Amino acid sequence: MMRLPPFTYLAPRTLTEAAEMLAEHGAGAMVVAGGTDLFPNMKRRQQEPAVVIGLRALRELRPIGEAPDGSVRVGATATLQEAAADSVLRERYPALATAAGLVSTPHLRHMGTIGGNICLDTRCNYYDQNYHWRKSIDFCMKKDGQICWVAPGSPRCWAVSSSDTAPVTVALKARFRLLSADGERIVDAADYFRDDGIEYLTRRPNEILAEVILPADGVANTYWKLRRRGSFDFPILGVAAALRREDGVVRDVRIALGAVGSSPVLASDAAARLEGQRPEPDLIDEVAGLAWKGARPLDNTDLNYAWRKRMARVFVRRALRELVGLPPVEPPVELPMADAG
Amino acid sequence: MIVVDAAGTSDFSIIGRSVPKPDGLPKTTGQARYADDLKLPRMAFCRLLRSTRPHARIRSIHTADAEAMPGVHAVITGRDLPVIYGVLPVGQDEQALCSDKVRFVGDAVAAVAAVDEDTAERALDLIRVEYEDLPSYMSIEDSLSKPGEPVHVGKYGNSHRAAALQFGDVDAALEASDHVFEDTYFFQGNTHLPLEQHACLAQWDPAGKLTLWTSTQSPHYVHKELAKALELREDQVRVIAPPVGGGFGGKLELFQHEAAAAKLAMMTGRPIKAALTREEVFYCHRGRHPVLMWVKTGWSKDGRITAMDFKSYVDGGAYMSYGAASLYYTGALQTVCDRIPAYRWQGVRVLTNKPPCGPKRGHGTPQPRFALECHFDAVAERLGIPVLELRRRNFVKPFSKTINHLRITSCGLEECVEIVTREAGFVQKHGKLPFGKGIGFAVGAYLCGAGLPLYWNDMPHSSVDLRLDRSGLVSVSCGQIDIGQGSDAMLMSVVAEALGARREQVRLISADTDTTPIDLGSYSSRVTFMAGNAAIEAARRLREVLLVAASEELDVPVEEFLLADGRLRRRDGTGVELSFAELVKLAETRNGALVASGSYKPPKLAGPYKGSGVGPSPAYSFTASIVEVDVDPETGWVTVERVWIAHDVGRAINPVLVEGQVEGSVYMALGEALMEEQVFRRGLHKVPSMLEYKSPTTLETPEMRTFLVETVDPEGPFGAKEVGQGPLLPVIPAVANAVYDAIGVRIHETPITPDKVLKALAARAEGKPARYGPTSLPEYTFPRLLVVEQPAEWASQEAHAS
Repeated sequence: MMRLPPFTYLAPRTLTEAAEMLAEHGAGAMVVAGGTDLFPNMKRRQQEPAVVIGLRALRELRPIGEAPDGSVRVGATATLQEAAADSVLRERYPALATAAGLVSTPHLRHMGTIGGNICLDTRCNYYDQNYHWRKSIDFCMKKDGQICWVAPGSPRCWAVSSSDTAPVTVALKARFRLLSADGERIVDAADYFRDDGIEYLTRRPNEILAEVILPADGVANTYWKLRRRGSFDFPILGVAAALRREDGVVRDVRIALGAVGSSPVLASDAAARLEGQRPEPDLIDEVAGLAWKGARPLDNTDLNYAWRKRMARVFVRRALRELVGLPPVEPPVELPMADAG
Repeated sequence: MIVVDAAGTSDFSIIGRSVPKPDGLPKTTGQARYADDLKLPRMAFCRLLRSTRPHARIRSIHTADAEAMPGVHAVITGRDLPVIYGVLPVGQDEQALCSDKVRFVGDAVAAVAAVDEDTAERALDLIRVEYEDLPSYMSIEDSLSKPGEPVHVGKYGNSHRAAALQFGDVDAALEASDHVFEDTYFFQGNTHLPLEQHACLAQWDPAGKLTLWTSTQSPHYVHKELAKALELREDQVRVIAPPVGGGFGGKLELFQHEAAAAKLAMMTGRPIKAALTREEVFYCHRGRHPVLMWVKTGWSKDGRITAMDFKSYVDGGAYMSYGAASLYYTGALQTVCDRIPAYRWQGVRVLTNKPPCGPKRGHGTPQPRFALECHFDAVAERLGIPVLELRRRNFVKPFSKTINHLRITSCGLEECVEIVTREAGFVQKHGKLPFGKGIGFAVGAYLCGAGLPLYWNDMPHSSVDLRLDRSGLVSVSCGQIDIGQGSDAMLMSVVAEALGARREQVRLISADTDTTPIDLGSYSSRVTFMAGNAAIEAARRLREVLLVAASEELDVPVEEFLLADGRLRRRDGTGVELSFAELVKLAETRNGALVASGSYKPPKLAGPYKGSGVGPSPAYSFTASIVEVDVDPETGWVTVERVWIAHDVGRAINPVLVEGQVEGSVYMALGEALMEEQVFRRGLHKVPSMLEYKSPTTLETPEMRTFLVETVDPEGPFGAKEVGQGPLLPVIPAVANAVYDAIGVRIHETPITPDKVLKALAARAEGKPARYGPTSLPEYTFPRLLVVEQPAEWASQEAHAS
């Protein structure tokens, strides 16, 4: 059996106490909520915190609900299952409820949390391996080594942002409330993620992600996930899209791609092309063609990476068609048949 | 599930009844004790140090620091386990801990016994191994063309096993054919993925006795190999298989951790537990060989096969394992579904620096079956003959001989085809569904037990001891191991039926080399046929004793008695009725202890040529399958929507378990068809984890309709044949054929992933051949052809057929 390394587990009773513990133990400490990401990583020696601070018991981080200002607040330790089933989220932010409901398996959704999924360690099939495997290939720069195996000439790490909820928060213009012993700050989701496989969050080491704040104004929103199987699998592409329809045109278009880079990728050019336009099928095709340009999948997750890039275009088109009320998938058209030879 | 009795019903009290597995409740409630659940006082834990290099000479191993670590009981290396062993007599190429070189990432070089797993794991870090890297061979092409030291130094280098057989004049037949077609295919390797990771517990009795509890499909072969590896006499070794959580062929021989744990138990005097991680299970492997195949067939204009020429290039991994047999299996059963009047097969197994391949469900036959069934589907189209018609013109007949000397007995192939095509509406749908929807057809055949054992001997393949207790209890003892397939339930039903006891009165003692008579193991779909027949023989002997005793005691002729379901009655309904316990008491009083044994050895069926040992079986099962798919031409995504499958099982002893085996085979086949691949990158297994090695879940499992065809084989136990493996075979090519029917492209390579589908569609749009897959064969000269005479029956059989 693969076993956890020794570590000290701390169980704070309040968020303040948790922040103090994190301040005290510094960079050698990590927080854990559901543990579905951290503990397997620890077993494989990918992450080796000396101190683990458990947030699970902090009820104050758990609730989901509408605030008086009309925003929707999701506590960081609300489980993915709670988020997926929450009636407010399902009605106003179905993209987030859907994304949460598509993470891993039912068992893990009951353990894993929204905050944990947003902060999910970046993934790479040169990195998500046990110690013996990584030693055999010679460790990569994300842990214990110098090289990026998927792009050996690269000065940076290309591990992949594989969270389902992260691109949704970016598309929905969510903000995150971060708490530390020094106080709290609010950051835009788009500024929370960094395009670097190692330093993939702008979160400071002493900060705890406490809450996701979803804006008050309503947008139509959806999330499309590409993965091999109907359960278990991390996304190998996620498309989160949001827009508002007004007098036959669309406004506030936001398209964020997940699992195609080290952070969620905001397809700004594509969104700008659609902004204020009538969402005709041809235009949506064109917008999808712009959106996939930002996708930079590499050969470090499941399936063929050139194919995954191509799918970004298909999935953006399907997601946008869904949002503007077109059938997402058109019936297949037989291609002209050349002589099979 | 629908059972179709093709041979007329029989009057049984238990056979044919769906009854629960005796291991079902213990396994679902957590009561079953698997190898890793076992604990003994003073037990210590073993971890293996595994190679970090795909191919390297071992310069030195330094263990002193690990030995000095507190909590470490012992550290061993190849010096402590120098013996070279292997499961096949021709494959003595493994060492429990490598001394001279390592041959794949994961090969074991040292082992530690310590107070707990954490300590053992930390001690591994203190062992230093100096390696000298050697060229590594990661593909068939590499293995055949790259210069350098071969994986094993031997007469033939990396192409370590090869064969070339010819039956009939293939060249003349092809020359005389109206049409000749050829195709190239590649079947990717994949692994078994049993839920239970391999584990064992070894105990040494200082009086000179070693006991190994281990997760295995063959206590007998592990027994023999372990004695050899440890340099013990076979009578000093006892192997016990606790309940096994899945095998599928992956637990059929001695593994490095078993030998290491046993040696450490001998050295430390402590019981030693070794439980593998999932990564290590991927390194044990012995799974599906990747095979590159080329097939050429000749046809008469009325759609009869005139000849077949077939080549297999088999990627063996780093060791032989069962590879010599696997190689021959890629050429043996081509002739068992379709009558092939002239047949040539040439094959080579090459060594590569990857975990060794071996037997996985279907052992060496799913690869050629994929190639053939896809090829036939394409031939039908090229000839303009509906595929069903074409196939029906060529199917083998019951009770016939194939050109390569395989004896076919009962054969329900036509019935299977009839049922699935009718139920699926195949004729109405094939070629007529809208673009993106498709339906595919394929058949298959499989062994009911290998005709020969792994090592040469003329002894029984399975034996069963029965003992009757005066309580009425029937004690059945047999070396067989139930790996989930239901062989325990099978033995209970067969013994109860043959003896006339109630099923609840039967107790099993299984899989213990000290206390149970030898059964070779759960492989080649042999247990029902062989242990079943052995059990019937033993039971009939005891039944005779019981009836004679009753006859003499009660003065009633034996033939007047009806003994069934735990009651002895007179046929005319008069006189006394005895319970089974009363009958046993009566017989024991007159005869003393009531014990009997039975055994089974297959008839001698091998043809008159070298290599003929692979392929013969006392019977063959037959299967036909139809698969309906949806293919999204924009993404290339293939969704299997429905599967119809009919299987000729001879007789369904316990229909619910037969159906379970069919469904399990379909599920595994769909994984191989669409997802599973054991692939390597930079010398390492790309994804040795259950998360990233993609195998389908229940969500990917389509609606299945299962039909069981009963042909009642004359030699099978109550007419039964196999079901554990055969149903896998047709499903994989049926998926490929359905994809073609849906979107007009042929995928000549497993798994059929969406990127391959899109590439084939792109080729089609560009006017190139509408296919994806290999187009060339490596440079290799096969050995000189061994030309084999046709079977004596062939001429008259052919005359009769035409």
